[in-house]
Amino acid sequence: MEKTKRDIHHQRLKKTWELRLYVAGQTPKSIAAFANLKEICEEHLAGEYHIEIIDLLKEPQLAADDQILAIPTLVRKLPEPLRKIIGDLSNTERVLVGLNLREK
Amino acid sequence: MIPEKRKQEQLKPLPKSPTGISGLDEVTGGGLPKGRPSLVAGGPGCGKTLFAMEYLVNGAMEYDEPGVFVAFEETAEELAQNVASLGFDLKELIKQKKLIIEYVKVDRSEIEEAGEYDLEGLFIRLGYAIDSIGAKRVALDTVEFLFAALPNHAILRAELQRLFRWLKAKGVSAVITAERGTGTITRFGLEEYVADCVITLDHRVSEQVSTRRLHIVKYRGSLHGTNEYPFIIGKEGISVLPITSLGLEHHAPLGRVSTGIEGLDDMLGGRGFYRGSSILITGTAGTGKTSLASAFVDAACRRGDRCLYFAFEESTSQIQRNMRSIGIDLTPHVKKGLLQYHSARPTLYGIEMHLVHIYDLVKEHKPDIVVLDPITDFFAIGSSAEVKAAITRIIDFLKTNQVTALFNKANTEEDTVDYSNVDISSLIDAWISLRVLERNGERQRGLFILKARGMAHSNQIRSLHLTDDGIKVAEMNPTAHRTEPDPVRQAL
Repeated sequence: MEKTKRDIHHQRLKKTWELRLYVAGQTPKSIAAFANLKEICEEHLAGEYHIEIIDLLKEPQLAADDQILAIPTLVRKLPEPLRKIIGDLSNTERVLVGLNLREK
Repeated sequence: MIPEKRKQEQLKPLPKSPTGISGLDEVTGGGLPKGRPSLVAGGPGCGKTLFAMEYLVNGAMEYDEPGVFVAFEETAEELAQNVASLGFDLKELIKQKKLIIEYVKVDRSEIEEAGEYDLEGLFIRLGYAIDSIGAKRVALDTVEFLFAALPNHAILRAELQRLFRWLKAKGVSAVITAERGTGTITRFGLEEYVADCVITLDHRVSEQVSTRRLHIVKYRGSLHGTNEYPFIIGKEGISVLPITSLGLEHHAPLGRVSTGIEGLDDMLGGRGFYRGSSILITGTAGTGKTSLASAFVDAACRRGDRCLYFAFEESTSQIQRNMRSIGIDLTPHVKKGLLQYHSARPTLYGIEMHLVHIYDLVKEHKPDIVVLDPITDFFAIGSSAEVKAAITRIIDFLKTNQVTALFNKANTEEDTVDYSNVDISSLIDAWISLRVLERNGERQRGLFILKARGMAHSNQIRSLHLTDDGIKVAEMNPTAHRTEPDPVRQAL
Protein backbone atom coordinates (compact mmCIF):
# COMPACT_ATOMS: atom_id res chain seq x y z
CA MET A 1 0.00 0.00 0.00
CA GLU A 2 2.89 2.31 0.72
CA LYS A 3 4.03 1.97 -2.86
CA THR A 4 0.69 2.95 -4.31
CA LYS A 5 0.60 5.83 -1.92
CA ARG A 6 3.83 7.09 -3.41
CA ASP A 7 2.47 6.50 -6.93
CA ILE A 8 -0.25 9.02 -6.54
CA HIS A 9 1.82 11.26 -4.39
CA HIS A 10 2.77 13.41 -7.33
CA GLN A 11 3.74 16.99 -7.47
CA ARG A 12 0.27 18.45 -7.35
CA LEU A 13 0.30 18.63 -3.55
CA LYS A 14 -0.81 22.20 -3.50
CA LYS A 15 -4.11 21.35 -5.13
CA THR A 16 -7.23 21.74 -3.10
CA TRP A 17 -8.28 18.17 -2.35
CA GLU A 18 -6.59 16.65 0.63
CA LEU A 19 -7.95 13.23 1.45
CA ARG A 20 -6.97 10.87 4.20
CA LEU A 21 -7.95 7.24 4.21
CA TYR A 22 -7.89 5.41 7.53
CA VAL A 23 -7.52 1.64 7.37
CA ALA A 24 -6.56 -1.13 9.77
CA GLY A 25 -4.25 -3.50 7.96
CA GLN A 26 -4.76 -4.83 4.47
CA THR A 27 -8.26 -6.13 4.84
CA PRO A 28 -10.48 -6.72 1.81
CA LYS A 29 -12.52 -3.68 2.81
CA SER A 30 -9.43 -1.48 3.01
CA ILE A 31 -8.12 -2.64 -0.32
CA ALA A 32 -11.51 -2.14 -1.94
CA ALA A 33 -11.83 1.30 -0.38
CA PHE A 34 -8.50 2.41 -1.73
CA ALA A 35 -9.19 1.07 -5.21
CA ASN A 36 -12.63 2.69 -5.27
CA LEU A 37 -11.27 5.98 -4.01
CA LYS A 38 -8.51 6.09 -6.56
CA GLU A 39 -10.94 5.42 -9.35
CA ILE A 40 -13.33 8.13 -8.23
CA CYS A 41 -10.55 10.65 -7.78
CA GLU A 42 -9.05 9.92 -11.17
CA GLU A 43 -12.40 10.42 -12.77
CA HIS A 44 -13.52 13.53 -10.94
CA LEU A 45 -10.47 15.15 -9.44
CA ALA A 46 -7.66 14.16 -11.75
CA GLY A 47 -4.50 16.01 -10.83
CA GLU A 48 -6.17 17.90 -7.99
CA TYR A 49 -5.96 15.52 -5.10
CA HIS A 50 -3.65 14.01 -2.62
CA ILE A 51 -4.41 10.84 -0.72
CA GLU A 52 -2.71 9.94 2.51
CA ILE A 53 -3.23 6.48 3.89
CA ILE A 54 -3.03 5.89 7.63
CA ASP A 55 -2.84 2.34 8.87
CA LEU A 56 -4.12 2.39 12.44
CA LEU A 57 -2.59 -0.98 13.19
CA LYS A 58 0.76 0.75 12.81
CA GLU A 59 -0.20 4.12 14.25
CA PRO A 60 -3.11 3.58 16.62
CA GLN A 61 -2.49 6.88 18.37
CA LEU A 62 -3.66 8.73 15.27
CA ALA A 63 -7.22 7.40 15.51
CA ALA A 64 -8.29 9.85 18.17
CA ASP A 65 -7.19 13.01 16.34
CA ASP A 66 -9.64 12.61 13.50
CA GLN A 67 -12.23 10.89 15.73
CA ILE A 68 -12.07 7.66 13.76
CA LEU A 69 -14.60 5.02 14.73
CA ALA A 70 -15.43 3.12 11.58
CA ILE A 71 -12.95 1.46 9.28
CA PRO A 72 -12.41 2.31 6.50
CA THR A 73 -12.99 6.04 6.96
CA LEU A 74 -12.21 8.61 4.33
CA VAL A 75 -11.64 12.07 5.72
CA ARG A 76 -11.85 15.09 3.48
CA LYS A 77 -9.44 17.44 5.20
CA LEU A 78 -9.58 20.01 2.42
CA PRO A 79 -11.53 21.71 1.13
CA GLU A 80 -13.25 22.60 4.36
CA PRO A 81 -15.55 21.77 6.03
CA LEU A 82 -14.29 18.43 7.18
CA ARG A 83 -16.32 15.50 5.91
CA LYS A 84 -16.17 11.82 6.69
CA ILE A 85 -17.23 8.96 4.51
CA ILE A 86 -17.28 5.54 6.09
CA GLY A 87 -17.31 2.22 4.30
CA ASP A 88 -15.47 0.58 1.44
CA LEU A 89 -16.57 3.39 -0.89
CA SER A 90 -18.28 0.89 -3.18
CA ASN A 91 -21.32 3.14 -3.41
CA THR A 92 -19.90 5.76 -5.79
CA GLU A 93 -22.97 7.96 -5.62
CA ARG A 94 -22.72 8.25 -1.85
CA VAL A 95 -19.01 8.96 -2.05
CA LEU A 96 -19.63 11.79 -4.48
CA VAL A 97 -22.36 13.18 -2.22
CA GLY A 98 -20.07 12.82 0.74
CA LEU A 99 -17.24 14.63 -1.00
CA ASN A 100 -19.69 17.27 -2.04
CA LEU A 101 -19.02 16.59 -5.71
CA ARG A 102 -22.68 16.01 -6.27
CA GLU A 103 -25.86 17.46 -4.85
CA LYS A 104 -27.72 15.30 -2.37
CA MET B 1 -24.73 -32.38 32.47
CA ILE B 2 -26.45 -29.71 34.43
CA PRO B 3 -25.55 -31.00 37.89
CA GLU B 4 -21.96 -31.32 36.69
CA LYS B 5 -21.97 -27.72 35.59
CA ARG B 6 -23.52 -26.63 38.86
CA LYS B 7 -20.83 -28.39 40.78
CA GLN B 8 -18.17 -26.54 38.88
CA GLU B 9 -19.79 -23.22 39.61
CA GLN B 10 -19.92 -24.03 43.25
CA LEU B 11 -16.29 -24.97 43.29
CA LYS B 12 -15.22 -21.85 41.53
CA PRO B 13 -17.00 -18.78 42.76
CA LEU B 14 -17.11 -16.02 40.21
CA PRO B 15 -14.31 -13.55 40.83
CA LYS B 16 -15.61 -10.08 41.61
CA SER B 17 -14.39 -6.62 40.84
CA PRO B 18 -15.29 -4.35 43.77
CA THR B 19 -17.08 -1.16 42.77
CA GLY B 20 -16.16 0.70 45.92
CA ILE B 21 -19.66 2.15 45.74
CA SER B 22 -20.98 2.22 49.27
CA GLY B 23 -23.48 -0.59 49.79
CA LEU B 24 -23.35 -2.02 46.28
CA ASP B 25 -20.58 -4.46 46.98
CA GLU B 26 -22.65 -5.83 49.85
CA VAL B 27 -25.69 -6.60 47.75
CA THR B 28 -23.65 -8.07 44.91
CA GLY B 29 -21.48 -10.16 47.18
CA GLY B 30 -18.30 -8.32 46.29
CA GLY B 31 -18.84 -6.24 43.18
CA LEU B 32 -19.32 -6.64 39.45
CA PRO B 33 -18.16 -9.75 37.61
CA LYS B 34 -14.43 -9.51 37.11
CA GLY B 35 -13.22 -9.52 33.54
CA ARG B 36 -16.72 -9.32 32.13
CA PRO B 37 -19.01 -6.60 30.88
CA SER B 38 -21.90 -5.39 33.03
CA LEU B 39 -24.80 -3.37 31.75
CA VAL B 40 -26.13 -0.41 33.71
CA ALA B 41 -29.42 0.84 32.31
CA GLY B 42 -31.49 3.80 33.32
CA GLY B 43 -33.34 6.88 32.17
CA PRO B 44 -31.85 10.34 31.84
CA GLY B 45 -30.49 11.78 35.06
CA CYS B 46 -30.58 8.53 36.98
CA GLY B 47 -26.87 8.42 37.69
CA LYS B 48 -25.51 6.05 35.00
CA THR B 49 -22.52 8.17 34.12
CA LEU B 50 -21.70 8.71 37.76
CA PHE B 51 -21.99 4.98 38.41
CA ALA B 52 -19.55 4.23 35.61
CA MET B 53 -17.19 6.97 36.69
CA GLU B 54 -17.20 5.94 40.32
CA TYR B 55 -16.44 2.40 39.30
CA LEU B 56 -13.37 3.57 37.41
CA VAL B 57 -12.21 6.16 39.91
CA ASN B 58 -12.55 3.76 42.84
CA GLY B 59 -10.77 1.11 40.82
CA ALA B 60 -7.92 3.47 40.10
CA MET B 61 -7.64 4.87 43.61
CA GLU B 62 -8.49 1.97 45.87
CA TYR B 63 -7.89 -1.25 43.98
CA ASP B 64 -4.91 -0.37 41.83
CA GLU B 65 -6.90 -1.03 38.67
CA PRO B 66 -6.44 1.71 36.08
CA GLY B 67 -9.41 2.43 33.85
CA VAL B 68 -10.42 3.75 30.47
CA PHE B 69 -13.59 5.81 30.25
CA VAL B 70 -15.01 5.97 26.77
CA ALA B 71 -17.32 8.97 26.65
CA PHE B 72 -19.69 9.32 23.74
CA GLU B 73 -21.65 12.23 25.12
CA GLU B 74 -19.42 14.42 27.19
CA THR B 75 -15.89 15.64 26.69
CA ALA B 76 -13.16 14.87 29.20
CA GLU B 77 -13.36 18.47 30.36
CA GLU B 78 -17.10 18.30 30.99
CA LEU B 79 -16.82 14.99 32.82
CA ALA B 80 -14.05 16.31 35.03
CA GLN B 81 -16.17 19.31 35.93
CA ASN B 82 -19.24 17.24 36.64
CA VAL B 83 -17.57 14.95 39.13
CA ALA B 84 -15.28 17.54 40.71
CA SER B 85 -18.02 18.33 43.22
CA LEU B 86 -17.77 14.75 44.47
CA GLY B 87 -14.10 15.20 45.18
CA PHE B 88 -12.89 13.25 42.15
CA ASP B 89 -9.82 14.81 40.63
CA LEU B 90 -9.87 13.27 37.18
CA LYS B 91 -7.03 15.40 35.88
CA GLU B 92 -4.74 14.17 38.60
CA LEU B 93 -5.69 10.55 37.88
CA ILE B 94 -5.05 11.11 34.20
CA LYS B 95 -1.67 12.62 35.01
CA GLN B 96 -0.80 9.60 37.15
CA LYS B 97 -1.75 7.33 34.24
CA LYS B 98 -4.52 5.71 36.27
CA LEU B 99 -7.29 6.95 34.05
CA ILE B 100 -7.83 7.76 30.42
CA ILE B 101 -10.90 9.53 29.16
CA GLU B 102 -11.38 8.71 25.52
CA TYR B 103 -13.92 11.10 24.10
CA VAL B 104 -15.47 9.54 21.03
CA LYS B 105 -17.24 12.16 19.01
CA VAL B 106 -19.63 10.98 16.36
CA ASP B 107 -21.37 13.66 14.42
CA ARG B 108 -24.11 12.40 12.18
CA SER B 109 -24.01 15.52 10.04
CA GLU B 110 -20.45 15.03 8.90
CA ILE B 111 -20.60 11.31 8.23
CA GLU B 112 -21.70 9.69 5.02
CA GLU B 113 -22.06 5.94 4.67
CA ALA B 114 -20.76 4.46 1.42
CA GLY B 115 -20.44 0.72 1.60
CA GLU B 116 -19.31 -1.88 4.07
CA TYR B 117 -17.48 -0.94 7.23
CA ASP B 118 -16.79 -2.07 10.75
CA LEU B 119 -15.94 -0.29 13.99
CA GLU B 120 -12.34 -1.39 14.09
CA GLY B 121 -11.37 2.24 14.68
CA LEU B 122 -13.14 2.16 18.04
CA PHE B 123 -11.49 -1.16 18.91
CA ILE B 124 -8.07 0.22 18.03
CA ARG B 125 -8.56 3.34 20.09
CA LEU B 126 -9.88 1.42 23.06
CA GLY B 127 -7.14 -1.21 22.75
CA TYR B 128 -4.48 1.46 22.51
CA ALA B 129 -5.83 3.25 25.57
CA ILE B 130 -6.13 0.03 27.58
CA ASP B 131 -2.60 -1.06 26.73
CA SER B 132 -1.02 2.31 27.37
CA ILE B 133 -1.94 2.33 31.09
CA GLY B 134 -2.55 -1.37 31.67
CA ALA B 135 -6.23 -0.75 32.27
CA LYS B 136 -8.27 -3.36 34.10
CA ARG B 137 -11.57 -1.49 33.93
CA VAL B 138 -13.46 0.09 31.07
CA ALA B 139 -16.59 2.18 30.96
CA LEU B 140 -18.60 2.88 27.82
CA ASP B 141 -20.99 5.77 28.36
CA THR B 142 -23.41 5.42 26.55
CA VAL B 143 -23.12 3.20 23.50
CA GLU B 144 -26.66 4.09 22.47
CA PHE B 145 -25.24 7.31 21.22
CA LEU B 146 -23.81 5.34 18.32
CA PHE B 147 -27.27 4.34 17.20
CA ALA B 148 -28.09 7.96 16.60
CA ALA B 149 -24.87 8.57 14.72
CA LEU B 150 -24.63 5.48 12.53
CA PRO B 151 -27.69 4.70 10.46
CA ASN B 152 -26.72 1.12 9.71
CA HIS B 153 -27.95 -0.57 12.88
CA ALA B 154 -27.26 -4.06 11.58
CA ILE B 155 -23.55 -3.35 11.38
CA LEU B 156 -23.64 -1.51 14.69
CA ARG B 157 -25.32 -4.37 16.52
CA ALA B 158 -22.91 -6.92 15.13
CA GLU B 159 -19.98 -4.70 16.05
CA LEU B 160 -21.24 -4.05 19.57
CA GLN B 161 -21.58 -7.77 20.11
CA ARG B 162 -18.07 -8.20 18.85
CA LEU B 163 -16.94 -5.36 21.15
CA PHE B 164 -18.41 -6.99 24.24
CA ARG B 165 -16.80 -10.31 23.36
CA TRP B 166 -13.54 -8.53 22.70
CA LEU B 167 -13.67 -6.80 26.09
CA LYS B 168 -14.24 -10.15 27.73
CA ALA B 169 -11.33 -11.67 25.81
CA LYS B 170 -9.17 -8.74 26.92
CA GLY B 171 -10.07 -9.63 30.49
CA VAL B 172 -11.19 -6.15 31.46
CA SER B 173 -14.15 -5.55 33.73
CA ALA B 174 -16.47 -3.23 31.86
CA VAL B 175 -19.47 -1.10 32.70
CA ILE B 176 -21.64 -0.34 29.71
CA THR B 177 -24.31 2.23 30.29
CA ALA B 178 -27.50 2.29 28.28
CA GLU B 179 -30.75 4.18 28.04
CA ARG B 180 -33.82 2.62 29.56
CA GLY B 181 -36.31 1.30 27.00
CA THR B 182 -40.06 0.95 27.12
CA GLY B 183 -40.86 -2.71 27.52
CA THR B 184 -37.21 -3.66 27.32
CA ILE B 185 -34.42 -3.01 29.75
CA THR B 186 -32.52 -0.91 27.23
CA ARG B 187 -33.73 1.04 24.25
CA PHE B 188 -31.88 -1.08 21.73
CA GLY B 189 -32.05 -4.39 23.55
CA LEU B 190 -28.38 -4.44 24.47
CA GLU B 191 -29.18 -6.68 27.41
CA GLU B 192 -29.24 -9.54 24.93
CA TYR B 193 -25.55 -9.10 24.30
CA VAL B 194 -24.38 -8.43 27.82
CA ALA B 195 -25.51 -11.53 29.57
CA ASP B 196 -23.47 -11.53 32.74
CA CYS B 197 -24.74 -8.72 34.88
CA VAL B 198 -27.54 -6.25 34.33
CA ILE B 199 -28.34 -3.44 36.77
CA THR B 200 -31.09 -0.88 36.35
CA LEU B 201 -31.17 2.55 37.93
CA ASP B 202 -34.38 4.39 38.41
CA HIS B 203 -35.38 7.84 39.51
CA ARG B 204 -38.96 8.30 40.67
CA VAL B 205 -40.81 11.20 42.08
CA SER B 206 -43.75 10.38 44.27
CA GLU B 207 -45.58 12.91 46.43
CA GLN B 208 -43.01 15.48 45.28
CA VAL B 209 -40.22 13.55 46.91
CA SER B 210 -37.68 11.92 44.67
CA THR B 211 -36.25 8.51 45.28
CA ARG B 212 -33.58 6.68 43.36
CA ARG B 213 -33.57 2.94 43.17
CA LEU B 214 -31.12 0.32 42.03
CA HIS B 215 -32.12 -3.15 40.96
CA ILE B 216 -29.89 -6.05 40.03
CA VAL B 217 -31.94 -7.62 37.28
CA LYS B 218 -29.48 -10.35 36.53
CA TYR B 219 -26.15 -11.57 37.77
CA ARG B 220 -25.13 -14.81 36.18
CA GLY B 221 -23.30 -17.21 38.41
CA SER B 222 -23.64 -15.17 41.54
CA LEU B 223 -26.00 -14.75 44.42
CA HIS B 224 -27.34 -11.25 44.67
CA GLY B 225 -30.03 -9.32 46.48
CA THR B 226 -33.14 -9.26 44.33
CA ASN B 227 -34.75 -6.27 45.98
CA GLU B 228 -34.87 -2.78 44.70
CA TYR B 229 -32.39 -0.85 46.76
CA PRO B 230 -32.80 2.83 47.37
CA PHE B 231 -29.70 4.82 46.63
CA ILE B 232 -28.73 8.41 46.89
CA ILE B 233 -26.24 10.62 45.18
CA GLY B 234 -24.64 12.43 48.04
CA LYS B 235 -21.53 14.44 48.47
CA GLU B 236 -19.39 11.34 48.19
CA GLY B 237 -21.14 9.87 45.20
CA ILE B 238 -23.54 6.96 45.07
CA SER B 239 -24.58 5.16 48.25
CA VAL B 240 -26.76 2.10 48.01
CA LEU B 241 -28.73 1.23 51.12
CA PRO B 242 -28.95 -2.48 51.56
CA ILE B 243 -31.58 -4.01 53.80
CA THR B 244 -29.21 -5.58 56.23
CA SER B 245 -31.96 -7.06 58.33
CA LEU B 246 -32.00 -10.03 55.97
CA GLY B 247 -29.82 -11.57 58.62
CA LEU B 248 -30.81 -11.08 62.24
CA GLU B 249 -27.37 -11.58 63.59
CA HIS B 250 -26.69 -8.69 65.89
CA HIS B 251 -25.40 -9.37 69.32
CA ALA B 252 -27.89 -8.65 72.10
CA PRO B 253 -26.26 -6.84 75.02
CA LEU B 254 -27.45 -7.63 78.53
CA GLY B 255 -26.79 -4.22 80.05
CA ARG B 256 -29.65 -1.94 80.97
CA VAL B 257 -30.06 1.80 80.73
CA SER B 258 -32.25 3.94 82.94
CA THR B 259 -35.22 5.68 81.39
CA GLY B 260 -34.29 8.74 83.43
CA ILE B 261 -37.55 8.46 85.35
CA GLU B 262 -37.57 6.47 88.53
CA GLY B 263 -41.19 5.48 88.32
CA LEU B 264 -40.77 4.23 84.76
CA ASP B 265 -37.65 2.28 85.61
CA ASP B 266 -39.73 0.59 88.32
CA MET B 267 -42.26 -0.49 85.74
CA LEU B 268 -39.48 -2.05 83.70
CA GLY B 269 -38.24 -4.37 86.42
CA GLY B 270 -36.54 -1.49 88.19
CA ARG B 271 -33.70 -1.15 85.73
CA GLY B 272 -34.94 0.51 82.57
CA PHE B 273 -34.47 -0.52 78.96
CA TYR B 274 -31.98 -2.95 77.50
CA ARG B 275 -28.96 -1.30 76.03
CA GLY B 276 -29.01 -1.50 72.24
CA SER B 277 -32.75 -2.11 72.10
CA SER B 278 -35.33 -0.21 70.06
CA ILE B 279 -37.90 1.74 71.98
CA LEU B 280 -41.11 3.24 70.70
CA ILE B 281 -43.11 5.89 72.49
CA THR B 282 -46.53 6.61 71.07
CA GLY B 283 -49.21 9.01 72.13
CA THR B 284 -51.47 11.78 70.97
CA ALA B 285 -50.32 15.35 70.81
CA GLY B 286 -49.22 16.79 74.13
CA THR B 287 -48.96 13.53 76.04
CA GLY B 288 -45.28 14.01 76.82
CA LYS B 289 -43.35 12.02 74.22
CA THR B 290 -40.59 14.57 73.79
CA SER B 291 -40.41 14.99 77.57
CA LEU B 292 -39.86 11.26 78.05
CA ALA B 293 -37.22 11.22 75.33
CA SER B 294 -35.48 14.21 76.86
CA ALA B 295 -35.48 12.64 80.33
CA PHE B 296 -33.91 9.54 78.83
CA VAL B 297 -31.25 11.59 77.04
CA ASP B 298 -30.59 13.69 80.13
CA ALA B 299 -29.98 10.61 82.27
CA ALA B 300 -27.73 9.14 79.58
CA CYS B 301 -25.59 12.25 79.33
CA ARG B 302 -25.27 12.41 83.10
CA ARG B 303 -23.79 8.92 82.92
CA GLY B 304 -21.42 10.17 80.23
CA ASP B 305 -23.17 8.43 77.35
CA ARG B 306 -23.18 10.09 73.95
CA CYS B 307 -26.53 10.96 72.39
CA LEU B 308 -27.75 12.00 69.00
CA TYR B 309 -31.16 13.63 68.87
CA PHE B 310 -32.95 14.02 65.55
CA ALA B 311 -35.74 16.54 65.91
CA PHE B 312 -38.16 16.44 63.02
CA GLU B 313 -40.78 18.86 64.29
CA GLU B 314 -39.19 21.33 66.66
CA SER B 315 -36.09 23.42 66.53
CA THR B 316 -33.39 22.38 68.94
CA SER B 317 -33.55 25.62 70.92
CA GLN B 318 -37.28 25.17 71.31
CA ILE B 319 -36.85 21.67 72.71
CA GLN B 320 -34.19 22.84 75.11
CA ARG B 321 -36.31 25.77 76.27
CA ASN B 322 -39.41 23.61 76.76
CA MET B 323 -37.53 20.95 78.64
CA ARG B 324 -36.06 23.50 81.00
CA SER B 325 -39.65 24.28 82.02
CA ILE B 326 -39.98 20.76 83.42
CA GLY B 327 -36.63 20.85 85.10
CA ILE B 328 -34.54 19.13 82.44
CA ASP B 329 -31.57 21.21 81.36
CA LEU B 330 -29.97 19.73 78.29
CA THR B 331 -27.82 22.68 77.28
CA PRO B 332 -24.79 21.65 79.41
CA HIS B 333 -24.73 18.26 77.67
CA VAL B 334 -24.73 19.97 74.29
CA LYS B 335 -21.87 22.20 75.42
CA LYS B 336 -19.90 19.19 76.61
CA GLY B 337 -20.36 17.61 73.20
CA LEU B 338 -22.18 14.59 74.61
CA LEU B 339 -25.48 15.56 73.06
CA GLN B 340 -25.93 16.58 69.47
CA TYR B 341 -29.16 17.86 67.99
CA HIS B 342 -30.12 17.74 64.35
CA SER B 343 -33.32 19.31 63.15
CA ALA B 344 -34.75 18.80 59.72
CA ARG B 345 -38.24 18.58 58.32
CA PRO B 346 -39.01 15.03 57.19
CA THR B 347 -40.36 16.38 53.91
CA LEU B 348 -37.12 18.25 53.22
CA TYR B 349 -35.84 15.31 51.27
CA GLY B 350 -36.60 11.68 50.53
CA ILE B 351 -36.50 9.04 53.22
CA GLU B 352 -33.32 7.58 51.75
CA MET B 353 -31.57 10.87 52.19
CA HIS B 354 -32.63 10.95 55.83
CA LEU B 355 -31.30 7.44 56.21
CA VAL B 356 -27.93 8.32 54.82
CA HIS B 357 -27.84 11.46 56.91
CA ILE B 358 -28.54 9.39 60.02
CA TYR B 359 -25.95 6.78 59.02
CA ASP B 360 -23.32 9.43 58.44
CA LEU B 361 -23.95 11.21 61.73
CA VAL B 362 -23.99 7.99 63.72
CA LYS B 363 -20.67 6.99 62.19
CA GLU B 364 -19.28 10.41 62.97
CA HIS B 365 -20.65 11.02 66.46
CA LYS B 366 -20.58 7.38 67.66
CA PRO B 367 -23.53 7.78 70.03
CA ASP B 368 -24.79 5.34 72.65
CA ILE B 369 -28.32 6.59 72.20
CA VAL B 370 -30.17 7.89 69.16
CA VAL B 371 -33.55 9.60 69.38
CA LEU B 372 -35.83 10.16 66.41
CA ASP B 373 -38.54 12.58 67.47
CA PRO B 374 -41.02 11.99 65.92
CA ILE B 375 -41.11 9.54 63.04
CA THR B 376 -44.76 10.33 62.37
CA ASP B 377 -44.15 12.59 59.41
CA PHE B 378 -42.06 10.03 57.59
CA PHE B 379 -45.29 8.25 56.90
CA ALA B 380 -46.28 11.30 54.91
CA ILE B 381 -43.31 11.15 52.56
CA GLY B 382 -43.32 7.50 51.69
CA SER B 383 -45.67 4.59 51.52
CA SER B 384 -46.09 2.64 54.71
CA ALA B 385 -43.99 -0.20 53.30
CA GLU B 386 -41.18 2.16 52.35
CA VAL B 387 -41.16 3.79 55.73
CA LYS B 388 -41.19 0.45 57.46
CA ALA B 389 -38.27 -0.66 55.29
CA ALA B 390 -36.42 2.53 56.15
CA ILE B 391 -37.08 2.18 59.86
CA THR B 392 -36.05 -1.47 59.68
CA ARG B 393 -32.77 -0.31 58.21
CA ILE B 394 -32.26 2.29 60.91
CA ILE B 395 -33.08 -0.15 63.69
CA ASP B 396 -30.82 -2.70 62.18
CA PHE B 397 -27.98 -0.34 61.64
CA LEU B 398 -28.25 0.96 65.20
CA LYS B 399 -28.54 -2.51 66.69
CA THR B 400 -25.47 -3.66 64.82
CA ASN B 401 -23.65 -0.71 66.33
CA GLN B 402 -25.21 -1.48 69.76
CA VAL B 403 -26.88 1.89 69.88
CA THR B 404 -30.10 2.25 71.88
CA ALA B 405 -32.76 3.77 69.65
CA LEU B 406 -35.79 5.69 70.80
CA PHE B 407 -38.56 6.57 68.38
CA ASN B 408 -41.45 8.87 69.08
CA LYS B 409 -44.58 8.60 67.07
CA ALA B 410 -47.71 10.67 67.38
CA ASN B 411 -51.13 9.06 67.24
CA THR B 412 -54.22 10.88 66.14
CA GLU B 413 -57.08 11.17 68.61
CA GLU B 414 -59.05 8.57 66.71
CA ASP B 415 -56.38 5.92 67.16
CA THR B 416 -57.78 4.89 70.50
CA VAL B 417 -56.20 1.52 70.07
CA ASP B 418 -52.50 1.64 69.48
CA TYR B 419 -52.54 -1.10 66.93
CA SER B 420 -52.51 1.44 64.15
CA ASN B 421 -48.77 1.23 64.77
CA VAL B 422 -48.79 -2.42 63.99
CA ASP B 423 -46.64 -1.84 60.89
CA ILE B 424 -43.53 -1.11 62.88
CA SER B 425 -44.42 -2.67 66.21
CA SER B 426 -42.82 -5.98 65.28
CA LEU B 427 -39.46 -4.26 65.02
CA ILE B 428 -39.69 -2.67 68.42
CA ASP B 429 -38.38 -4.18 71.64
CA ALA B 430 -40.06 -1.89 74.15
CA TRP B 431 -43.15 0.13 73.54
CA ILE B 432 -44.57 2.76 75.85
CA SER B 433 -48.00 4.16 75.19
CA LEU B 434 -49.05 7.56 76.41
CA ARG B 435 -52.53 8.94 76.43
CA VAL B 436 -54.77 11.47 78.00
CA LEU B 437 -57.36 10.04 80.31
CA GLU B 438 -60.43 12.02 81.19
CA ARG B 439 -61.83 11.13 84.54
CA ASN B 440 -63.47 12.83 87.49
CA GLY B 441 -63.64 16.05 85.52
CA GLU B 442 -59.94 16.30 84.79
CA ARG B 443 -57.48 15.29 82.12
CA GLN B 444 -54.62 13.20 83.23
CA ARG B 445 -51.65 11.77 81.38
CA GLY B 446 -51.57 8.02 81.51
CA LEU B 447 -48.69 5.72 80.67
CA PHE B 448 -48.46 2.02 80.21
CA ILE B 449 -46.08 -0.49 78.75
CA LEU B 450 -47.49 -2.23 75.71
CA LYS B 451 -44.54 -4.49 75.45
CA ALA B 452 -41.03 -4.94 76.75
CA ARG B 453 -39.23 -7.89 75.25
CA GLY B 454 -37.17 -10.01 77.57
CA MET B 455 -38.01 -8.41 80.89
CA ALA B 456 -40.67 -8.50 83.55
CA HIS B 457 -42.73 -5.36 83.32
CA SER B 458 -45.70 -3.74 84.91
CA ASN B 459 -49.16 -4.23 83.44
CA GLN B 460 -50.54 -1.20 85.17
CA ILE B 461 -51.58 2.08 83.73
CA ARG B 462 -49.75 4.72 85.68
CA SER B 463 -50.08 8.43 85.66
CA LEU B 464 -47.45 10.67 84.18
CA HIS B 465 -46.80 14.05 85.76
CA LEU B 466 -44.76 16.73 84.08
CA THR B 467 -43.78 18.98 86.97
CA ASP B 468 -41.52 21.99 87.40
CA ASP B 469 -38.84 19.73 88.76
CA GLY B 470 -38.98 16.70 86.55
CA ILE B 471 -41.15 13.91 85.35
CA LYS B 472 -42.90 11.63 87.79
CA VAL B 473 -44.59 8.37 87.10
CA ALA B 474 -46.94 7.27 89.86
CA GLU B 475 -49.71 4.81 90.52
CA MET B 476 -53.15 5.92 89.50
CA ASN B 477 -55.41 7.22 92.22
CA PRO B 478 -56.81 3.96 93.62
CA THR B 479 -60.17 5.47 94.44
CA ALA B 480 -60.66 6.58 90.87
CA HIS B 481 -59.98 3.02 89.85
CA ARG B 482 -62.71 1.67 91.94
CA THR B 483 -65.40 4.19 91.19
CA GLU B 484 -65.05 4.30 87.43
CA PRO B 485 -64.22 1.70 84.85
CA ASP B 486 -60.92 2.32 83.14
CA PRO B 487 -61.51 3.73 79.67
CA VAL B 488 -58.20 2.46 78.37
CA ARG B 489 -58.80 -1.08 79.45
CA GLN B 490 -62.22 -0.86 77.89
CA ALA B 491 -60.82 0.34 74.64
CA LEU B 492 -58.37 -2.50 74.57
